[in-house]
Amino acid sequence: MASSALVTPAAPVTTAGRGGRRPRPRTRRKTLTAYLFLAPFLILFLTFVVAPAVFGLWISVTDWSPFRDVQHFVGLQNYINLFTPGSINSGDFWRAMGATGIFVVASVPFLLVVPLLVAILLNRKIRAATAFRTIFFAPYVLGVAVVGLIWGYILDTQSGILNRLLELVGIRGDIPWLVDVPWVWVSLVGVTVWWTMGLNTVIFLAGLKGINTDLYEAAAIDGAGAVRSFFSVTLPGLRPVMLFITTTTVLASANMFGQSYLLTNGGPGNATRTAIMYISDQGLSQNNMAGASAMSYILFAFLAVISIINFRVQRERQEGPAA
Amino acid sequence: MTAATGIPHRRPSSRRVTSATVLYIVLIVLALIIVLPLLWTLITSFKTDADAVRNPYSLPSPFSIDAYRTLASGQQPILLWLWNSFAAASLQTILILVTASMGAYALARLDFAGKKLVFGVIIATLLVPPVVFLIPNYLIVQNFGWLDTILAITVPGAAGAFGIFFLRQFFVGLPVEIEEAARIDGAGDFRIFLQVVLPLARPALATLAVLSFLNNWNDFLWPVYVLLSPENMTLQPGLAMLQGAYRTHFAIVMAGAVVASVPVLILFGVAQRQIVDSVAGAAVKG
Repeated sequence: MASSALVTPAAPVTTAGRGGRRPRPRTRRKTLTAYLFLAPFLILFLTFVVAPAVFGLWISVTDWSPFRDVQHFVGLQNYINLFTPGSINSGDFWRAMGATGIFVVASVPFLLVVPLLVAILLNRKIRAATAFRTIFFAPYVLGVAVVGLIWGYILDTQSGILNRLLELVGIRGDIPWLVDVPWVWVSLVGVTVWWTMGLNTVIFLAGLKGINTDLYEAAAIDGAGAVRSFFSVTLPGLRPVMLFITTTTVLASANMFGQSYLLTNGGPGNATRTAIMYISDQGLSQNNMAGASAMSYILFAFLAVISIINFRVQRERQEGPAA
Repeated sequence: MTAATGIPHRRPSSRRVTSATVLYIVLIVLALIIVLPLLWTLITSFKTDADAVRNPYSLPSPFSIDAYRTLASGQQPILLWLWNSFAAASLQTILILVTASMGAYALARLDFAGKKLVFGVIIATLLVPPVVFLIPNYLIVQNFGWLDTILAITVPGAAGAFGIFFLRQFFVGLPVEIEEAARIDGAGDFRIFLQVVLPLARPALATLAVLSFLNNWNDFLWPVYVLLSPENMTLQPGLAMLQGAYRTHFAIVMAGAVVASVPVLILFGVAQRQIVDSVAGAAVKG
């Protein structure tokens, strides 16, 4: 678990006690060896993680343009613009943030509840559990573009098989799945659940396997029914996994890009244009790199706050009743 | 879904049998929801365009491989994209395995000045969303002259903190006795790393390889912007182009989806246990 690992102190080194008479040259040689081991990673890490993080922050406080050689420091102007109603990008940016918000709120409950229920079913003694697990996971390996092609056709208003089938069974056959609200949201959430459901399912399943079966027997002896033992044994047993899954799922949904890009192209209007879609378009297609960098840091701040709240809430729940 | 908690059953009563039936029905319906769109994609790819539009839910009549022929002779080199995707994902995976395992060994086993700082910075970047790196990394890659090359979609993505963090956790958990024995036998750090630690870490390395490969294979946003010419594209941006080029030619689009999925699905079928266990294990234990 990422969270528990965060508080693990650096491992005590166990080679101590060897020699140690003249510590300084030895330590220096050890340090050299360690940095030789680290060098290949650190070169990549400094070039493509640390440098761009700092560089991006710098771009966001300049009037950066790819067509100019000299860039000027403008302070927090790009950020102020985004928080000024009526300024050039602020309306579109916050609409895109809103779209991302809608998608997170609409998709995360399904991406948690459906996999949890499926994992509970698969965790019972059933035949072909592995086969079911494999099938549920399969769409995830296809990648978003294949998923976009397939569902783009299925959900097509005129020629799509879904509307044809709905018409066949007597429900309306003209639902604008990919071209009108609120149907676009239903489609984007549905396709995302179809595509990634297996991922959370197998993680929940691994979590369920880790719960001691004696606890269920004890609960049964105490007269707990299926529902009671779900709430007093299964859910508490899943807590560490739950923290991991909610964090990664919220972040994944907040970073949604491909589904909108491929299925709705951000439409209708710009209703499903997500923050990531708007930032990448502004920065890399419209050459508004300074503005887009500022936007990416604002999105980062939002996600950091959400992650912290999520972490706090889950930890409180974990400590509260148990104490 | 009432008895959903896995309580061991002793006497199968009629109620149990019914609940088992319901359980299987639910699972089968769910499996159909997953499988039918894929099956239907395959069926549609063997139709003519007219047939695909007119009879969307019947079997192909006539059975036709026109869509595949058009695809093979068209402007979209889909097999090349498939190869590019495999090459990029493999290259990045190797790069991650080499750099992360070496770095993780230093962080887990060696004592050196600045260790806490290095580890702290690596951990801190785990929480930064990828969009923050998008624009500056684009400029850096452009500056290196890597735009529209395989380097753009392999090297920057190998710099992430996850791999080294994940392997460090694993190395820390390995017993040190074997390493110490090797050290007494006169082995240096590099030999210990290569001959003792790496073989012991094989399961963790396999897990990281699976996760890295899938991650690169599925990457969409970055290749859409850094790959420009059709022959350099990977599957994900390529297929998006294909969809644009053949908007109403459903048979061709579905044939593209089939060509893109069959190799991965075969690979997944062969290694499904390893892949699924990797993903689940990294989440629960990592």
